[in-house]
Amino acid sequence: MRLSLVHLYPALLNLYGDRGNIITLKQRCAWRGIELDVIEIGLGQDFPVSEPDLVFMGGDQDREQEIVIDDLRRRHGDRLRHSIQNGTPVLAVCGSYQLLQEYYKPAAGRELHGLGIIPAHTVHPGPGVPRCVGNIVIRWPLGTVVGFENHGGRTFLDAGVQPLGTVASGFGNNGDDGTEGARVHNLFGTYIHGSLLPKNPAFADLLLSLALARRYAGATLQPLDDTLERRAHDAAVSRAR
Amino acid sequence: MRLRRAAAVNAARLAAAVSRASGRGGTALPGLVATAMDPDIIAALASQLPVGSVIVAGTNGKTTTSRMLAAIVTSAGMKPVRNESGSNLARGLAASLVRRAGPTGNLARADRAVGLFETDEAALPAVIRSVRPRILVLLNLFRDQLDRYGEVATIAGLWKGALQELTGATIVANADDPLVAHLVQTTEAPHIFFGIQSAPESLSGLPHAADVKACPNCGAPIDFSVTFVGHLGHYICRTCGFSRPAPQVAAEDVRLNGVDGSLFAITDSDERISVALPLPGLYNVYNATAAAAAACALGIRLCEVRAGLENVTPAFGRMERLEIDGRHVYLALAKNPTGLNEVLRTIESVEQPLFLLPMLNDNIADGRDVSWIWDADVEMLRGRVASATFSGTRAADMALRFKYAGVTAPAGSALWSIEPDPEHALRSALSATPRGERLFVLPTYTALLQMRGVLTRCGLARPYWEE
Repeated sequence: MRLSLVHLYPALLNLYGDRGNIITLKQRCAWRGIELDVIEIGLGQDFPVSEPDLVFMGGDQDREQEIVIDDLRRRHGDRLRHSIQNGTPVLAVCGSYQLLQEYYKPAAGRELHGLGIIPAHTVHPGPGVPRCVGNIVIRWPLGTVVGFENHGGRTFLDAGVQPLGTVASGFGNNGDDGTEGARVHNLFGTYIHGSLLPKNPAFADLLLSLALARRYAGATLQPLDDTLERRAHDAAVSRAR
Repeated sequence: MRLRRAAAVNAARLAAAVSRASGRGGTALPGLVATAMDPDIIAALASQLPVGSVIVAGTNGKTTTSRMLAAIVTSAGMKPVRNESGSNLARGLAASLVRRAGPTGNLARADRAVGLFETDEAALPAVIRSVRPRILVLLNLFRDQLDRYGEVATIAGLWKGALQELTGATIVANADDPLVAHLVQTTEAPHIFFGIQSAPESLSGLPHAADVKACPNCGAPIDFSVTFVGHLGHYICRTCGFSRPAPQVAAEDVRLNGVDGSLFAITDSDERISVALPLPGLYNVYNATAAAAAACALGIRLCEVRAGLENVTPAFGRMERLEIDGRHVYLALAKNPTGLNEVLRTIESVEQPLFLLPMLNDNIADGRDVSWIWDADVEMLRGRVASATFSGTRAADMALRFKYAGVTAPAGSALWSIEPDPEHALRSALSATPRGERLFVLPTYTALLQMRGVLTRCGLARPYWEE
């Protein structure tokens, strides 16, 4: 079996160990005899002609975010929106989670219009307000997700938008309403890095099984020995308290 | 004023004595006492140094470069005053000055005393204001502790402001770091660039952990024809023409010799010296060239630099070697992606299978965020590791990094374990390492301090504050 993953702007959106997510997806495929082709799409490059099975976007610095947004809207906006409506699994971490929302209002400078795929917006409360930094644990339907968050912007979901989970420890979307991230079809937006997927193998396998089921009807993922992954997960959860 | 300073000095010296007697080293407490009682104490004492002061700043290499410079100035007949214990904040600096002050609150008169102060990236503006250096060495800017320092661009912005505060100082800067070179070229201060001209171990293209991909002048993608360490190399922006300035002090003909050191030449406009450096890795070639350039700025000739560099010993935990039960144990600090990559490149050049003890902590001084380990190229160790003992508060995270890098235990091996406690980890790693072999301990900053504590308790190492 063979799956393809589009990694958007790997050079520019890679602040917080985002590569760990790609490495994890690739290895968890390899250990099951599935080949995962990673297609890196940089600035000025077009989306591949054939529909990818997965899309990943990482986090960034504010400067890169401005460079990326125009290219993203012009080259990939329509294709990405179409793929997400069709149920392609997409993982967007931190800066790219913000880019897929309606708009981002920075502490200074002009408002940045996002792709508007996630009905939500982000506001930076100003340079004097502390960033949301630290270990974070959330509860979601598959148990807990643990990682690290580091963001200045506060995200507010529109009414009716499904969050990724509820905050057990940490800040999440805005430190206020107890929500973290967002899920729209099979698009998962989140502030959690650390990296996210290595210590949360259930999350990695959810993305892979969604991708697999769309490409190969009836195919299922073989279980893996996740003893070490669980140990790292539990150690991180205990550090978050 | 004079009375307050004398009182501050005496209280700090008392604090140092009490702290030392209780076996806690105490590199920070005396400084804390001194600065609390006299906020201007650093400025007052630093102004009494006859040769003036050198400040060394940068993400990686501060401690080793200061140590090299200390060796050079010593062999040139000067007396270095250093904040040598790695407590590189303002209070560590105050402590180092107070230690040389007498009961009147003034520095003991010493001919040719020179201040050598390494400083935290974020503390640089404050330290420049109080020390008023004669020379400022800017080594590099890498991603480190995003949760504390913010992004590399944030630190660059902070430094830009700090450079405006320099009066009459010479900047010694790394020509091979585009961010540093650009910062320096936008100031009026006189400057000397250093860099590496040629080395066989260079990489073509940027490693994954490269922190600078855009031109600091115009924001367009920047072209590297060669990189030596992280994003340090030879570069040009095809859009605005910004490019690497020609270094006045340069290293060339570099030959690396595994974990034992390297051979290279350093040139300036007048001289060329050959150096057999006893510290390994290209990163130490950068540190040595920086120290040589700073020495030149102090008026020391290159021919005097050589002796200092060839006698330098590793700084605390920087590929420091100890003999334990017939094993050669190396302590090599690895605290950010570029630092870990360079240590891995160096030990990977060892012919034999590797015995490792990686230690990953997530305390505040390490950075609470451990995601940086995913940006290091652990994959280069595939098929090379005979045993690994993972330790620290986030031992399992590091073990996971190795697992996903495809660096796994040899088939049927039990030599792969997780021991969060440093003392247990050391015992377990030693028993997994046959006599006569090398064991590489790769700790983050607070893990290094813990390991040093374990070694001191076992009588295997001197406390670091006695160095």
